[in-house]
Amino acid sequence: MNIVVCVKYVPDAQSDRTFNDSDKTTDRESVDGLLSELDEYAVEEALKLVEAGEGEVTVVTVGPDQAADAVKKALQMGADKAVHISDEAIHGSDAPATSLVLAEAIKKIGSPDLVLCGLASTDGTMSVVPAMLAERLGLPQVTQASELSVEGDAVKIRRDGDVASETIEASLPCLVSVTDQINEPRYPSFKGIMAAKKKPVETWTLADLGVDAGQVGLDNSWTKVLEFTKRPPREQGEIVKDEGDGGSKLAEFLASRKFI
Amino acid sequence: MSTAGPLPPFDRNDPIGIDDVLSAEEKAIRGAVRNLCETKVQPHIADWFESGVIDDPRALMKEFGGLGLLGMHLEGYGCAGMSAVDYGLACLELEACDSGIRSMVSVQGSLAMFAIWRWGTEEQKQEWLPGMAAGDRIGCFGLTEPDHGSDPGSMRTRAKKDGTDWVLNGRKMWITNGTIADVAVVWAQTDEGIRGFVVPTDTPGFSAPEIKHKMSLRASVTSELVLDDVRLPEEAAFPEVRGLKGPLSCLNEARYGIVWGAMGAARSSFDAALQYTMEREQFGKPIAGFQLTQKKLADMSLELIKGELLALHIGRRKDNGTCRPEHVSYGKLNNVREAIEICRTARTMLGANGISLEFPVIRHANNLESVLTYEGTVEMHTLVVGQALTGEAAFR
Ligand SMILES: Cc1cc2nc3c(=O)[nH]c(=O)nc-3n(C[C@H](O)[C@H](O)[C@H](O)COP(=O)(O)OP(=O)(O)OC[C@H]3O[C@@H](n4cnc5c(N)ncnc54)[C@H](O)[C@@H]3O)c2cc1C
Repeated sequence: MNIVVCVKYVPDAQSDRTFNDSDKTTDRESVDGLLSELDEYAVEEALKLVEAGEGEVTVVTVGPDQAADAVKKALQMGADKAVHISDEAIHGSDAPATSLVLAEAIKKIGSPDLVLCGLASTDGTMSVVPAMLAERLGLPQVTQASELSVEGDAVKIRRDGDVASETIEASLPCLVSVTDQINEPRYPSFKGIMAAKKKPVETWTLADLGVDAGQVGLDNSWTKVLEFTKRPPREQGEIVKDEGDGGSKLAEFLASRKFI
Repeated sequence: MSTAGPLPPFDRNDPIGIDDVLSAEEKAIRGAVRNLCETKVQPHIADWFESGVIDDPRALMKEFGGLGLLGMHLEGYGCAGMSAVDYGLACLELEACDSGIRSMVSVQGSLAMFAIWRWGTEEQKQEWLPGMAAGDRIGCFGLTEPDHGSDPGSMRTRAKKDGTDWVLNGRKMWITNGTIADVAVVWAQTDEGIRGFVVPTDTPGFSAPEIKHKMSLRASVTSELVLDDVRLPEEAAFPEVRGLKGPLSCLNEARYGIVWGAMGAARSSFDAALQYTMEREQFGKPIAGFQLTQKKLADMSLELIKGELLALHIGRRKDNGTCRPEHVSYGKLNNVREAIEICRTARTMLGANGISLEFPVIRHANNLESVLTYEGTVEMHTLVVGQALTGEAAFR
C-alpha cells in the first residue's frame, strides 16, 4: 500500500509565537520550527500500516526552506521519501490555496492508496485542509480517526465524539485524518537518523506542479488576517473558600467551563 | 567590521551558542537520547537511587539498545556506527539524568563491547556483539581488584593453561554491571603477560555478588567478581593483545565518554539551581537577585561552557583521528573536577532542599564522587598531564 502523509512545518509551540507586523502572516523567522506534533501521529500510522504489509510512505510538505526540517523528522521516523514544495509565491496562502498545491503534488507523486493527514496543524489549527484536499482529489474522506484498520480495499476508522463513538468505513483510495489518540509516535532511532541522510527529498516549485502563481499566496487567498492583538495577561485565579459548600462550588465552576 | 541585523536572543540554555557548531544530525541524536531519558529514566531515577535498585535493568538495557545507544560508536555487528561527538552528546544526556545510568551504558559499550570489538576474534564478535548492541545481553569489564586499583599492572588474578583450556582464579572488585552481566571481559596475568578473556557468567566457578552500602552511584549495579577455577576453552582468550595496552585502550574509550558525561550532571545541577534561585524568595526578593548568588551562577555557567567546549574539541579530534590519550586525561581531569564543584555549589544554593532527592543536585554530587575515582583517579590524570608536560613519570 502506498501512502502519502501531508505534514506541516510549524513554529514550536513552546516558544512565543507571533505574526509578522508587515503582512500579518505567521512569523516563521524568529521562532524555531518543527514538524507539527499532530502530524507525527499520521506519520506513525502510515509507518505501522506499511510495516504490517508492504508499500511506501511518502511525506509531502508545503512550506518555506526551513520546512525541510519537518520532512527530515518524518524520514528519520522511517518514511521512505519526501517531497517539499517551496515557492516564494506560496507565502501567505490560506487553506484553500494550500490544499490546491498539496492536491497537485499528490497527483504528481502518483495515485496513493491512502492519504493521511493530522488532526490540525498546531499553528493554524483549522482542520480544514484534509477535507479540501479530499475534495480536490475526488477521494472519500473520513476524518478524526482514533483507530484505523485496512481490510481488503476498505479502511475502517473509529471517530470518538462527545457522546458516542462511530465506526466508519470508506473504500480505498481515500483520505483519512487522524487524532492524537490513534497511536504513540515513535522517536527516531540512531539508525533512523543516519538512514534519513540518504533518503530522497525532492523539492518542487509551483511551475513543477503546473500551478499558476495567481492561484496562491497572500494576495490570492480567500481569507487573510486583518488584525492581531496579544492575548491579554492571565487574570488572577478565583479562590473558593470552603464554607461547607466548597465541593459544590468547585463542581459549579467546572460545569460552567464545560469540564464536566 | 560588523554586519547589521538583529542579534539572536540570549539563550539561557546555551549562553554562547555552542549549538551553532553542531550538525542537524548531532542535535537530532541528542534529542533522541534526551527524549528516552525523559520518558524511561527521569520519572524513576530518584527512587532507584534511594532504594539502590534499578527496577528492571534488563528492560532498560533493551530500551537503550532499541535506540542504538549500546556500542553506538562501533562499526558493524549491529552497532550504530556513529561519530565520537554523537557518542559524547549521548553520554552528556544520559549523565544529565544520572551518572549511574551513563555508567551502565559506558561499561556495556565502551568497555565490554569495545574490548571484544577491538581485541576479540571474529567468532567472539559474532557471538556477543549483536546481542549486546540490542541490549539483549549485558556485559561487564573486570580490571580492578581489591588490592590493585590505580596500578592494575600488579593484578593477582591469574589464568593458567591446562591442556588447551584456560583456568582462571582470582577476584575483581568494583565491577559495574557485574551481577546482571551475561558476559564478563576479565583481565588476568598469564605467563605471557596480562591477557583478556571473554567469560560467560554462567561458567561454573564464576559468581558476582553485588556490593551494597554505597553512598554514590546507587542507581548502578556494582559487584565483586569471584573466579574460582573458572575453566574456559582456548578460544575464550583475546588472541593478540598482551599487557596493559589491552585494558587501557578500552578505558580510554570510556573516559572519553566521561569527559562529556560529567558536563551533563553539571548542567542538570546548574539548571536546578538557576530555576530554584529565580523562584525562591528571601528578604523580599528572589535569591537569584543577590550578588553572591549571581557570582555562583556566573562561575558555574562559565565552567560549564568551558567544559563543553573542551569535550567538543576533544571529540572532533577523536573523529579526525588526532586525539591522544593525554587529551582525554585533560578532559577527564578538568570536567569531572569542575562538574563536582558545580554540583556542590548548586547544592548550597538550594539550601535544605539541596539535600533532598526531590532535586537532582545531591544525587549528582554524590555520584560524581565515583566518577572522580573510576576510569583513572584525579591524581592519576594529574600525573599523566604532568608527565606529558615534563617528560618525567611521577607514578612510582
Ligand atoms: C562505582 C564504581 C564503579 C567501578 N566500576 C569498575 C568497573 O566496571 N571495572 C573496573 O575494572 N573497575 C571499576 N571501578 C574501580 C575503579 O576503576 C578504581 O576504584 C580506581 O581505578 C581506583 O582504584 P582504587 O579504588 O583501588 O584506589 P587506589 O588505587 O588504591 O587509590 C587510592 C588513592 O591513592 C591515590 N594514588 C594511587 N597511586 C598513586 C600515585 N602513584 N600517586 C599519587 N596518588 C596515588 C589515588 O589517586 C587515590 O586517591 C569502579 C569504581 C567505582 C567506585
